Amino acid sequence: MSNHLTNLTLKVWRQSGPNAGGHFESYRIDSISDEASFLEMLDVLNEKLIGDGREAVVFDHDCREGICGTCSLMIDGQAHGPQRGTATCQLHMRKFQSNQEIVIEPWRATAFPIVKDLMVDRSAFDRIVEAGGFITAPTGGAPDANLIPIAKPVADASMDAAECIGCGACVAACPNGAANLFTSAKVAHLNLLPQGQAERWSRVEAMVETMDEHFGSCTNHGECEAACPKSISIDFIALMNKDYRKSKFKNRKLIDQI
Amino acid sequence: MVELNAKIPAGDIAEKWDNYKSDMKLVNPNNKRKFKVIVVGSGLAGASAAATLAELGYQVDVFTFHDSPRRAHSIAAQGGINAAKNYHGDGDSVHRLFYDTIKGGDFRAREGNVHRLAQVSVNIIDQMVAQGVPFAREYGGLLDNRSFGGAQVSRTFYARGQTGQQLLLGAYQQLARQIGLGNVRLFNRTELVDTVVIDGRCAGIVVRDLVTGEIASHAAHATVLCTGGYGNVFFLSTNAMQCNVTAAWRAHRQGAAFANPCYTQIHPTCIPQADDTQSKLTLMSESLRNDGRVWVPKNADETRSADQIPEEDRDYYLERLYPSFGNLAPRDISSRAAKRAVDSGRGVGPLKNGVYLDFSAAINRLGKSVVQERYGNLFEMYERIAGENPYDVPMRIYPATHYTMGGLWVDYELMTTVPGLYAAGEANFSDHGANRLGASALMQGLADGYFVLPYTIGNYLAPMLNKATPGVDHPEFKAAETGARARYQQYLDIKGTRSPDWFHRELGKIIWDYCGMERTEQGLEKALSELPPLYEEFQKDLRVTGDGASINQTLEKAGRVDDFFQLGMLMCKDALERNESCGGHFRSEYQDEEGEAQRDDENFAHVAAWEWTGDPMNATRHAEELEFETIHLAKRSYK
Repeated sequence: MSNHLTNLTLKVWRQSGPNAGGHFESYRIDSISDEASFLEMLDVLNEKLIGDGREAVVFDHDCREGICGTCSLMIDGQAHGPQRGTATCQLHMRKFQSNQEIVIEPWRATAFPIVKDLMVDRSAFDRIVEAGGFITAPTGGAPDANLIPIAKPVADASMDAAECIGCGACVAACPNGAANLFTSAKVAHLNLLPQGQAERWSRVEAMVETMDEHFGSCTNHGECEAACPKSISIDFIALMNKDYRKSKFKNRKLIDQI
Repeated sequence: MVELNAKIPAGDIAEKWDNYKSDMKLVNPNNKRKFKVIVVGSGLAGASAAATLAELGYQVDVFTFHDSPRRAHSIAAQGGINAAKNYHGDGDSVHRLFYDTIKGGDFRAREGNVHRLAQVSVNIIDQMVAQGVPFAREYGGLLDNRSFGGAQVSRTFYARGQTGQQLLLGAYQQLARQIGLGNVRLFNRTELVDTVVIDGRCAGIVVRDLVTGEIASHAAHATVLCTGGYGNVFFLSTNAMQCNVTAAWRAHRQGAAFANPCYTQIHPTCIPQADDTQSKLTLMSESLRNDGRVWVPKNADETRSADQIPEEDRDYYLERLYPSFGNLAPRDISSRAAKRAVDSGRGVGPLKNGVYLDFSAAINRLGKSVVQERYGNLFEMYERIAGENPYDVPMRIYPATHYTMGGLWVDYELMTTVPGLYAAGEANFSDHGANRLGASALMQGLADGYFVLPYTIGNYLAPMLNKATPGVDHPEFKAAETGARARYQQYLDIKGTRSPDWFHRELGKIIWDYCGMERTEQGLEKALSELPPLYEEFQKDLRVTGDGASINQTLEKAGRVDDFFQLGMLMCKDALERNESCGGHFRSEYQDEEGEAQRDDENFAHVAAWEWTGDPMNATRHAEELEFETIHLAKRSYK
C-alpha cells in the first residue's frame, strides 16, 4: 500500500557546463509517495523548480526499465544507489526513509566529463566498441543460422556478458576509474562465440588499448561488479586479461603461430 | 496535392520482390561514394540501414538525440523476433507468416509489403547470428524457438527476456565498426528540428545540437527517418521518456502524408499506475499469461485481500468470455475486457485501477521452482517496481499504450510522398495494418534497414549521378534554420506559468480517455473540442526556464509536446472518420453482439493518408485502396 515519505533533503550537484565550477544545492521534498521511482522524485523536484522559475536539474534517463543504460547518478556515494543489481531508474523511494538527506552526484570519472549538472559524456565507451567490439559480417552474405551449432553453456556465458547495458556504473564505482568490466563484457560476449574467433586476438588487443587511452587501470578492487546493475561478473576481466596476453603472441605474423 | 502511388511491382505475390530487384537501377560501387545519405535515429531500423549503406560505399551521416546510438528504445523489446525458418518442422513457411501478419493486422496492411517482410525474415536471423547475437539455444546447439500470440507455429527467436537489447547491440556494433572506419559520421545528442524540401525533393535536414543549442543544416541526396513511434502522445505509455513524433511530424508538415494515425496498440499486461507523479508505465511480458489467471472480484464493494476472496466470489472474466483462448486471448481483446472490468468498479489495488494476474494455481500445479524458472526475472522486476512479491500476492496489471502502427505513409520502396525522404521501422505505417503481432516489430525494423532500404535507395539515387543538388547555403535551408531558431526562442519567450510536462499530462489524459482503448463518435468530438483550447493555452502559458545555449531538457520537451498536440488532433480526426472497428481501433458503435470488432470492408478497406494543410484540425484525407489478391478478406476470429 502506498505510504508517503516526508521531509527529504536532496543535496544535488549543479554545474552549468563542462568547464564551469560546480557546487551542491539543497532542495526539500515535502512529501513523496513510496511508490515513486527515484527519477520520478527528480521529476517532481524539476516541476517544482520550474514552478519557482528556476532551471530544472539536468540528468540522463530514457527507458526507465533498467535496460537502455542511459540513467546514472551517484546516490549517497553509491553508483545507482543502495539496491543491488538495480539501475537508478528502477530504484524506488520505498528504499529511503522520511527526514533523510540524499546526496546526488554525477558519475565521477575523468573519462566521463560532466556535460551539465548530473549529465556526463560517456562517449569513450563508444570509442572502445568502435575499435573492435564487433564481428565483421557485412549485410548480405551470412550463412544459415543453424550451420554452426553453439553449445548451450557457451551461448549462455556469452549472453551473461552481453547483458551489459553500458551505463558506466563500473567506471564510476572504481577507485581508479577503470573500464575493465565494461570492456571485458564486450570482449567476452564476442570472443566466446565461434563466430567471434576469426577476430578474437585483434579484437581484444584493439579494445584493451583503446580502453587504456581513456580510462584508469584495474587493480582488482571488485567495486565494479558490486555496482553493476546487471551483476556482470569480474571473471570476464580475467578472461580478457588472458586473451590480451595471448594476443601479443597471436597477433604477430602468421609464421610465428605455426 | 499528395499522390499515393504504392508502386507495387507486377507479378505473383511471391515474385514481386525478386522482380523489383531484377528491374531496379543500380549505382556502380565506385560511384556510391558520391552520394550522401542521412539516417535519423539509431534504433534497429536506423543502425542497420546506416551500417549497410556505409558498407555498400555511400557516405552516411547518422543523427541521434541520445548520447550513444545504443540507447534507442528498440533495446527494451523483451519477447523475441519472428522468422519463417521452420526450424522446428511445424509447418511454418513464408506464406504462413505473411498470412498471419495480414490477418493479425485485421486486413488493413498492404499485401506486397507484408509478403516481402516475411520473405526477408529468414535472412535477418542468419545476419544477426553471424554478427554474434547470442540467441537462446537448445542443448544440441541449434537455435531455440517459442510461440507467440496470433500464430500456430513456433517461429519466435529470443535472447532471454532481452531480445531487443541483443539485436540492437548487434546492429549498433555493426554501425560502430563503420564509424570506426570513418564511413559513417555520428552526430549524437543532436535532434532533427526540420526537413527541407527543394524543387519537390528532400534536400536534407535542420538539426539542433542539444548540448550547445546551435541550429545547423545538413544536405544529402536522400534522407531516412527511423525515428520510432508516437505512443508518448498518451503521456503514460511503455515508450521510453524521450520517444517523440517530432521528426515524423516535421516531415509531415513538409509534405509527407501521415497514414492511419488512429492505429495504436494497447498492451494488456502492464503494471498499473501507482500515483499521480508517475511518468511512465512498465510492460510485463505477454508470456506471463501462459500460466497466470486473470480475475477481478465479482463484487464492486469487495474489501478483502486477494487470498481471502473465495473462488465463488471471483470472476475469471477472460476464461468466462473466451473459453477456448481463455487467458491467452489476443492483445486488443484482453485489453478491452480489463478496461470493462475496471470501469464496472471491480478494479483491484489501492487505486482500483488494475486486474489480478494470479499465479497461485500455477504454483500449486507446477511447484514454485518451475514458476521461478519460467518467470523469475519478470517476478523480480515486478517486485522492484510494485513492492509486492508475486509468489505470495497476485500481480496487478492494466493495459497501456505500447506501439503505434500508424506513421508516415510510404510506398513499396519505403519512400514517403516526398521524393528522397524515406521512413523505416515504427516510424512508417507499412506492415502491421491495424494491429501488430507480438515479436514482429523487431522483424520489421531490421527488414527495412538491412534488406529493403539498401536496395530501394539505389534505385532513387542512380539517375541523380553527377547532377548538382542544393547545398546548405541554399535559401530554403537558411529559411528553415531561421524558422527553427525562432521556434525554440518562442518557447523561452512565452514565460507563462505551466511546464511542458503539465501540458503533456493534460494532453495525454484527453487522448487516453477519448482515443484510447475504446472510441466513440461523441467522445472523439469532445476530444476535438477540448484539444484546440488546450493547445492555445500551451502557446500562451508555457513556461520554459533556463536558456537555449546549453543543454535544456525542458526546452527539448516543449518542442516535442508542441508536435504531440498537433498529432493528437490528427489522431482523433482519423479515429472519427474511420467508421468501423479494426485491430487496435475499436469504435464502440461498430461491434457485433459478442462485443467483437466489426470491420466495414466495403467502405474502409483502405489506408487513410493525411495531407498537411497548415492546420491539423483541417488536414486533407486521402485514401489508398487496399487490394487483396492473395488472401481473402475474412472475419478475424481467434475463437
